[in-house]
Amino acid sequence: MRDATLVEAINAALARAMQEDERVLVLGEDVGKDGGVFRATDGLLARFGPARVFDTPVAEAAIAGMSVGLAAQGFCPVAEIQFMGFAYAAIDQLLNHAARLRTRTRGRLSCPMVLRTPCGAGVHAPEHHSESGEACFTNIPGLRVVVPSSPRRGYGLLLAAIRDSDPVVFLEPTRLYRAVREPVADDGTSLPLDRCITLREGGDVTLVGWGGVVPEMLAAAERLAAEGTQADVIDVATLVPLDAETILASVAGTGRCVICHEAPLTGGFGAEIAARLAGPGLFSLLAPVERVTGWDTIVPLSRLERHYLPGVERILAAARRSLRHG
Amino acid sequence: MSTSRVAEFDVVLTRYLDIDGAPLGPLPAFAADAADLVPLYRALIRTRTFDAKAVALQRTGRLGTFASSLGQEAVGVGAASAMAADDVLVPSFRDQAAQLWRGVTPVELLLYWGGDERGSDFAGPRGDFPISVPVASHVPHAAGVALALKLRNEARAVLCIIGDGATSKGDFYEALNIAGAWQLPLVVLVNNNQWAISVRREAQSAAQTLAQKAIAAGVPGEQVDGNDVITVHDTVANAIARARAGEGTSLIEALTYRLSDHTTADDARRYRGDAEVSLHWHGEPVARLRQYLVGQGAWSRDDEEHALADAADEMERATEAYLAMAPQPVSAMFDHLFATLPVSLRSERDEAMGGEAGHA
Ligand SMILES: Cc1ncc(C[n+]2csc(CCOP(=O)(O)OP(=O)(O)O)c2C)c(N)n1
Ligand SMILES: [Mg+2]
Repeated sequence: MRDATLVEAINAALARAMQEDERVLVLGEDVGKDGGVFRATDGLLARFGPARVFDTPVAEAAIAGMSVGLAAQGFCPVAEIQFMGFAYAAIDQLLNHAARLRTRTRGRLSCPMVLRTPCGAGVHAPEHHSESGEACFTNIPGLRVVVPSSPRRGYGLLLAAIRDSDPVVFLEPTRLYRAVREPVADDGTSLPLDRCITLREGGDVTLVGWGGVVPEMLAAAERLAAEGTQADVIDVATLVPLDAETILASVAGTGRCVICHEAPLTGGFGAEIAARLAGPGLFSLLAPVERVTGWDTIVPLSRLERHYLPGVERILAAARRSLRHG
Repeated sequence: MSTSRVAEFDVVLTRYLDIDGAPLGPLPAFAADAADLVPLYRALIRTRTFDAKAVALQRTGRLGTFASSLGQEAVGVGAASAMAADDVLVPSFRDQAAQLWRGVTPVELLLYWGGDERGSDFAGPRGDFPISVPVASHVPHAAGVALALKLRNEARAVLCIIGDGATSKGDFYEALNIAGAWQLPLVVLVNNNQWAISVRREAQSAAQTLAQKAIAAGVPGEQVDGNDVITVHDTVANAIARARAGEGTSLIEALTYRLSDHTTADDARRYRGDAEVSLHWHGEPVARLRQYLVGQGAWSRDDEEHALADAADEMERATEAYLAMAPQPVSAMFDHLFATLPVSLRSERDEAMGGEAGHA
């Protein structure tokens, strides 16, 4: 057990996966000697050698497409796309091939690949480096979409993603990479890929979200507690497949739900959760479902970033609105 | 069996000044009088001074991540100076040399790299594209602009600048192929600075030259010494002249070297040795042209001092103006999303601006 940041935990999970299974390969731009621009693959080349860690040319479509080929041949490629803004070039391969290979071959071939990419704003990065594009992936049937929000969850979820027999898109919030350290046991224990994680139980209002907003939700819950309101806080963590039961069970108790995400409002994955609440959850609701999200704008250049990111104050305001009902 | 040679190609490398600034033969007409090269030299210095200022601002927390063009100034200066005002520049993120020559101001560049939306508009070349951060994704745009010029029968050309790493992208191959097939008035200039972040040019492609990638698209491809501004200018000027004359697309691979880290967020010592970098300081573009000008009696120590002071002064004033700029309103992120903000977005904008008033 040692204290680790999210990016160190991811590094540890990659090393663990490569250690325990020689089929695991790492490929991507600058993942070798440079150790990845965020250092997520630091030391892997030195430890596992150039036959398992590949610096690719600048070629996102090929990184994703070759991963499909490697996976079909029995390898477990873990591809890194340097920033989510460059992952869109890989979507053709994910949507048309990775997510469908099992179906298209009636199970004869499969695609146990992981595509990792940093996501989200908050680190004053240049243009195209701050998007939260998870909804582009969650609407692709056959693809798992996972977003860790703490070092321990990063470790356990990434191990699970690598060990899974189907393609997983693994989105790592850049602003959490070095935000906190916590003890992470590098013992190979993975987390389930189809379970939301309840971080706090309160019973008065449900705060549900993923990625970069999770610490904001926890901070909001603290503030609410000081006001005498106890919040359930749920990290969705595995967007697809969605563990709606955990969310519905929480809202069955609270009757109130604030959905938080950094991605834009319209068509964001929060809308899927809201739809579940409007369906099977409808008669639990005591107040309208609230969504606290990024605006429906392009992520602004860094100066306005903090006005774009949904933070504690907006979450609190939404929770209070919700609590005023009924 | 019968085999016959059905196609033959070669790739030439052109250089007018040697690594120490000595002419290797007669210079092109535009460079016949050394005094005419002084504006190019000043532009090299101006770019280098801007880059140094920007890096210093980043290091002190007053600018965002920035990609210096240290050592590659002649690529942008040589190319942009070969363009006409109404040609169109479609640049990458490291092309401030070309942008500055074309009239984008240092203040505008600092605003942009400082994360201020207002830096995304510039008073100068209105038809030029913004820099492209996604590598190579702008080569298709350049081909599209070139098609537009061709459709309107305008004798104008498009210059698209990309890196060596960018030539590995499908976007590059797709766009170059179409441009070749349709004889578009496009010049693709590859700034081959030998590195794509931590990946060496040799690891990027097994092709002996990047210029030869053009040949597969039916486009002439050639190499130039990218640290010799005379060669870059002359070769780009010729390619632009061909484009304007309806003779189609060209690709020029400019050989140079990235003397800086990839960006201010990078630490190149993780993947390349100082010795390699030191080696490449010999032959860098500023000293090279200076040596030539001095040799020709067209440049003195005094001129040098004045030119450096002028550039430092300009960048100092630009920095002051940049730092003194009143903050942009929060609405800036909504202002240009659509021609007119849809009704559905107005409440979001108002809420975002309410956040500005104190309850973020
Ligand atoms: C499509 C895409 N993939 C990855 C990146 C991240 N990235 C930024 S610059 C760069 C290397 C580019 O190398 P090169 O084309 O040689 O240009 P240079 O930086 O050397 O000027 C990479 C991989 C990006 N900006 N766009
Ligand atoms: Mg390069």
